[in-house]
Amino acid sequence: MRQPDFRTPVIGADSVSHEARLLSLWETSPGLKGFLATVDHKQIGIRYIVTAFIFLAIGGLEALVMRMQLAGPNLSLLTPEQYNQLFSTHGMTMIFLYASPILSGFANYLWPLLLGSRDMAFPRLNALGYWIYLASGLFLYAGFLTGNGPNDGWFNYVPYASRDFNPGLNEDFYALGMVFLGISTTVGAANFVVTAFRTRAPGMSVNRLPILVWGTLTASIANLIVVPAVSLAFFLLWMDRQFGTHFFDPAGGGQPLLWQHLFWIFGHPWVYAIVLPAMGMVSDGLPVFCRRPLVGYSLVALSTVATMILGFGVWVHHMFATGLPALGLAFFSGASIVITLPSAVAVFAWLATIWLGKPVITTAFLFFSSMILLFVIGGVSGFMTASVPVDWQLTDTYFVVAHLHYVLIGINVFPVVGATYFWFPKMTGRKLDERLGRWNFWTMFLGFNIAFLPMHLTGLLGMPRRVYTYNDYGGWQALNLITSIGSLVLAIGVLLFFINVIRSLRLGAPAGKNPWDAPTLEWSVSSPPPPYNFAVIPTVASRHPLWEGRLGTDGGLSSLDRGMLLDSGKETIGTSALDAEPDMVLEMPGDSFAPLALAVGLAVTFVGLLLRTWPAAGAGGVIVALAILAWLWPRRELREREPAHG
Amino acid sequence: MAEIAVSQPQNLPVGPVGRYGIGWWGVATLVASEAALFSYLLFAYYYTGATTQQGWLLEPSPALKLALPNTLLLLLSSLAAWWGERGVLQRRRPQALAGFGLAFLMGCGFVAVQCLEWHSKTYGIGVSSYASLYFVTTGFHIVHVLVGLLVLLAIFGWTALDYFSPRRHLVVSAGVLYWHFVDVVWLFVFTTYYLTPYLGFGR
Repeated sequence: MRQPDFRTPVIGADSVSHEARLLSLWETSPGLKGFLATVDHKQIGIRYIVTAFIFLAIGGLEALVMRMQLAGPNLSLLTPEQYNQLFSTHGMTMIFLYASPILSGFANYLWPLLLGSRDMAFPRLNALGYWIYLASGLFLYAGFLTGNGPNDGWFNYVPYASRDFNPGLNEDFYALGMVFLGISTTVGAANFVVTAFRTRAPGMSVNRLPILVWGTLTASIANLIVVPAVSLAFFLLWMDRQFGTHFFDPAGGGQPLLWQHLFWIFGHPWVYAIVLPAMGMVSDGLPVFCRRPLVGYSLVALSTVATMILGFGVWVHHMFATGLPALGLAFFSGASIVITLPSAVAVFAWLATIWLGKPVITTAFLFFSSMILLFVIGGVSGFMTASVPVDWQLTDTYFVVAHLHYVLIGINVFPVVGATYFWFPKMTGRKLDERLGRWNFWTMFLGFNIAFLPMHLTGLLGMPRRVYTYNDYGGWQALNLITSIGSLVLAIGVLLFFINVIRSLRLGAPAGKNPWDAPTLEWSVSSPPPPYNFAVIPTVASRHPLWEGRLGTDGGLSSLDRGMLLDSGKETIGTSALDAEPDMVLEMPGDSFAPLALAVGLAVTFVGLLLRTWPAAGAGGVIVALAILAWLWPRRELREREPAHG
Repeated sequence: MAEIAVSQPQNLPVGPVGRYGIGWWGVATLVASEAALFSYLLFAYYYTGATTQQGWLLEPSPALKLALPNTLLLLLSSLAAWWGERGVLQRRRPQALAGFGLAFLMGCGFVAVQCLEWHSKTYGIGVSSYASLYFVTTGFHIVHVLVGLLVLLAIFGWTALDYFSPRRHLVVSAGVLYWHFVDVVWLFVFTTYYLTPYLGFGR
């Protein structure tokens, strides 16, 4: 049968038979097959979130062990080498295996729901991203568990990481694992970019996008551009270690600073990539509890983009102490100071939203609003180190450790926990417990500040970072003990969070469609949403489709109950990039084993490379090639080819 | 009371029609990321070259007698791939097969000549940072050419199976886009390693 190439989509209202039809088209097959082959963005998103929280717990335990070692002077719980591996693995885990994937998880789950679409643009790529993330995480941890964890800090400077000074497998695990993980980040970013531009509800023009989408889109564009820098750096390091090349080796005419440039060309934009989506969570979540739209939507959206653009030009502030020319330092110092301006725009927009709203104090509100305070503290300490002379004084001290934890915990963990309180009802149909939530919030908030606020002082008193112990004559003893106690309180707070999640999965109060009376599209569908998300494709007429009754719109009202039915196949709508005018019907792929096979092939390749077992690496490559061939084979149901000989 | 606005588009293409489909965007984003990868490789070359001592270039006047004709060969293969794509667009299957087949053979020729070029070098990868950069950068490019060759082969086979039409050919266009990318990026690599020494860089 020849399918028509053009069609005028049928407009209609939701009905029971229509929903049953969509369910049969969209539901993942049951059992193990469905588990391994699913391309449902919601299942994949939850996998990302659960895996990332497990890594958060592991990284947190590593931190606790280190804080026990540092609780007093001259302790010997850990050997120097154990300490090196712990702090490096802690950084690797939190930054690469928690902070970024958790945001990918929320974005994967939420984007199609926020955008009024039935899935991401590339559902199979989405599955691939998760499988590679999981496989590379296991690969990196296989190193740690066999005593070969990274041991030169997460940023892994040469020559520490060169073979002469580090002959074990530690750095090979880390280098190859990071190249592996980079594939996941890149394909995920490509998926977000295309999804944002091409699969939105009709009418959702760019000036109606939720800020979370702005944040993740901006971060994804950055990831596409900068992740290759770090993948390349790690690959070149592996070449230097295994094949005697001289990229970073001065004896062979190489440049040790090349490592730092490539690493931070990636590393600093990446810092924004792991906070901008979290700031987006606050920009979308906080106003719901203030009972009014975000103040300064356009300014916040533009400042998100501006932060990222400036973020490409600040990487040298990690290298102020490396003896670069003064003119270069001045430029990067200036850029690092200017970047506080767009950040300040967001802060004032949030404050104004609280000020002009009628705040409802929920646990989510507490996490979102406390993030503003932590962001300001972390921002100010960052602003201080943007000044070259101040940086020379503070670099490599605990002041920097305090700064980066205020930024990463303050602007990533706090919004993410807040976002869990906010969106958990959507994902599971049940609310988290508010009473336990208060305990959760206050222990985390107090524990975090007890741990990290005094740490600024520890740094100002000159305590260097990355040391496994210290003497008792520096005046650092009491401060370190306070930090260790605080970190324990923080850990208890995180534990309460996990307990709340596990308890509420069974015992939480039923949430209904829209427990917070929130304005955006994800709250218009049931909790948890059906596999096809939207029974009819909604039409969007404002930024707050569910609040139009009280706020009105410029023109018409959004249509949530009537729209394109699109039920003659696994279909959703494709829209134009800026105005979101419908311009094609997208045929979406069903369950597929190709992503898993591809990830397995890659894992075999990387293990082969690590052990220098070239036949294994080659066999992995063949699996990869076959998986890609099967994946890309043009298919009639996706309208990628004509019917055979027709 | 405002009206409820329902989007009611007419006569939409179903699935990718022509070049217009999300698959095209997907390949374009990955090409952008690959382009970034090569720009970092070239950054490594220029950065190392600019901060090193005299005598860093192992070949102050790189021999062009293999590299220049080889560059032309690769450019012509891009032309052949484009001509093959035209064949699909105009429903001329023999032209399409000839175009993709020719592009594939020219690409294989490029790889063969590049192997000769590597063989003719008097230095190995571990001699100095210059040698490491030269072999790894051109090696990265060769790997991309090999991937492109597999893509051309797949497109050739699918064309032989009569999968495509002037309306359904996104897979072809996306594959040819990748092949064009592999060629364009070579121009940057070639300029950097073979031409800039003549302009004085690194001497």
